[in-house]
Amino acid sequence: MPAVTGKLAAASIVLALFAASTSTASAQKKYDTGATDTEIKVGNIMPYSGPASAYGVIGRTEAAYFKKINEEGGINGRKINFISYDDAYSPPKTVEQARKLVESDEVLFIFNSLGTPPNSAIQKYMNSKKVPQLFVATGATKWNDPQNFPWTMGWQPNYQSETQIYAKWLLKNKPEAKIAVLFQNDDYGKDYLKGLKDGLGAKAASMIVAEESYETSEPTIDSHIVKLKATGADVFMNITTPKFAAQAIKKNAEIGWKPLHFLNNVSSSVGSVLKPAGFENAQDIVSAAYLKDTTDKQWDNDPGMKEYLAFMTKYFPEGDKMDSYTVTGYGVAQTLVQVLKQCGDDLTRENVMKQAANLKDFRTEVLLPGIKINTSPTDFAPISSLQLQRFKGEQWELFGDVISADVGG
Amino acid sequence: MSAAEEVVAEGHQAVEAVPKRAMTLGTTTSLVVLAALLIVPLFAKNFIIFQLTMLLIYGLAVLALNILTGGSGQFSLGQSAFYAVGAYITAVLMEQFNINYALTLPVAGVICFGFGFLFGQPALRLSGVYLALATFALATAMPQLLKLNFLEHWTGGVQGLVVTKPDAPFGLPMGQDMWLYYFTLVVVLAIYIFSVNLLRSRSGRAFMAIRDNEIAASSMGVNVALYKTLAFGVSAGITGVAGGLSAIAVQFVAPDSYNITLAISLFLGMVVGGVGWLPGSFVGAAFIIFVPNIAEGISKGLSGAVFGVLLFLVIYLVPHGARQVAIVSQQLIGKFKKN
Repeated sequence: MPAVTGKLAAASIVLALFAASTSTASAQKKYDTGATDTEIKVGNIMPYSGPASAYGVIGRTEAAYFKKINEEGGINGRKINFISYDDAYSPPKTVEQARKLVESDEVLFIFNSLGTPPNSAIQKYMNSKKVPQLFVATGATKWNDPQNFPWTMGWQPNYQSETQIYAKWLLKNKPEAKIAVLFQNDDYGKDYLKGLKDGLGAKAASMIVAEESYETSEPTIDSHIVKLKATGADVFMNITTPKFAAQAIKKNAEIGWKPLHFLNNVSSSVGSVLKPAGFENAQDIVSAAYLKDTTDKQWDNDPGMKEYLAFMTKYFPEGDKMDSYTVTGYGVAQTLVQVLKQCGDDLTRENVMKQAANLKDFRTEVLLPGIKINTSPTDFAPISSLQLQRFKGEQWELFGDVISADVGG
Repeated sequence: MSAAEEVVAEGHQAVEAVPKRAMTLGTTTSLVVLAALLIVPLFAKNFIIFQLTMLLIYGLAVLALNILTGGSGQFSLGQSAFYAVGAYITAVLMEQFNINYALTLPVAGVICFGFGFLFGQPALRLSGVYLALATFALATAMPQLLKLNFLEHWTGGVQGLVVTKPDAPFGLPMGQDMWLYYFTLVVVLAIYIFSVNLLRSRSGRAFMAIRDNEIAASSMGVNVALYKTLAFGVSAGITGVAGGLSAIAVQFVAPDSYNITLAISLFLGMVVGGVGWLPGSFVGAAFIIFVPNIAEGISKGLSGAVFGVLLFLVIYLVPHGARQVAIVSQQLIGKFKKN
């Protein structure tokens, strides 16, 4: 250790001298490890291989977007050096990659690392090192906890706020509903269920008549649907991932069960869920959204979506434009660019967090109209509102107001 | 002769029979390696120290498998299950019951020994690929068992458990990473010496007799059933300790960390290191830690394929793994000395 301390001391003296010599020239330029006059090093961890590799496309979209930014001259003259590693969705590997990024590659911060277990594994480390873990790609509710984890921030609306919104709507419009819930037996499913119960409050026990969980390893969920129908419920809360959501919609039609069907946002893609399930089976399903759906025809002439499609054609031609993950990657990368613009020449880790917590009515044009990104030192949930939508014909029809539900972790 | 025994036996014919003494390194080499392990961390970055710690931990898990397969000739694809149990025992004892981390390791070891010993009982009826399949089932079941609702109170369910990293005791002037490295090194060394002596002992000879020919072994008076289950127990116990250490080093346990991929990685580490050659376990561990990183460096999109090609090259060029490399270099040095 003495050798290391020695080096550190020497380095800090050099840094101090450097700071002293430059402070006269330009008073406001401040850097932490990972930022210089010409470059900002951004770390990222994605499951490019392994069971969750479908999400890897988010990292590839971000890399393409930063390439675009760099070709256009960078941010305040600085190029983004995007270093993205594979963790195969395995938490021990995530820890190794995070430490490599922070201690070996010396990035300024880690951005949009994906998955709840991987991010849980590094949260304590990142916070003790005081390195931002910015805009993590998971909807778990615990990322909005500035008090205990001031260096961690989410991005997408958390799962609990979505079901809270459904609960609010039900209490107002259908207070006598009998709700049957189907959910995936993992953190995502349980988070959604908790949101629903919290939202219904004291009435949860009487309104929820059935709870069924399934494992991702099950080939089909047909038997669960039959069981739920038998309870006589008139509201179906469908908390499933795309493959199972499509099965559920189909099976409902097959056995003639026509409850008011709430479909979680995770599976609201027209192209990958509703079309395979059959449009005729999907009529009047209710869901909530915050992003525009590329497979939805109503956005065909939307300027924001046109810009996105042009980006995809030029910088990420091999990517799937219809994939909702590429839209997500594009939106979150734009949010980061905004944060870095706000940072100006003060590229310290502290200022990155400060600016990330200082987004005011920011919009990326892939968000639905009316949804804005707002953060504050006590609100680490950038997107916290959603809008209800109902499926009509071959597209979603938005209805009602943008509803916000802030939930802390 | 079962499939497992055939594979191991073939290995012995191809690279001349390995007497039990050759299962370890020579004294000089051992001391050089030990000195390197002691000195390197003083000059390395914390991240490198962390990687070395993980290398020792995975090495220990591979060593445990090596005792089972290389020693007693039984296959296991279920080591990840024992590793998970060890990791969870350590994590739960540390976080929920505030027990000192060093004390949790023997607990993890003993419980895993019992678990492995019990699992060994029904496994007795199976051999070769059938045993591999039975253990495979164990590995697939484990992540789901850890998610069970009634355990969630202790295990944290799918969210996992965050573990606090211990500081160096007695006010020693070293960082957490360095302390944990030396702590791990001591544990690994102790278990390594125990394993070497185990294989040289009467029990070790019984393991190997069973591996080479079960019928001959039983007619010599070896209690085949006892020694087979014992091998399973010892292997599971050591794997449990490795799992416990990993929980401390990684500071997090979650069901997703201990899936079948881990079991296969450990198996792969054993083959690359050389089946039945204990020091090779650590070479194998280095392979499973560093080669995926190299593969990713070559191509991000095709990292899996590149890894496959590298693995294929290793198996093709040195089918007996690090042991073969060691033997060849030993012979070269021998010739050199004579000249």
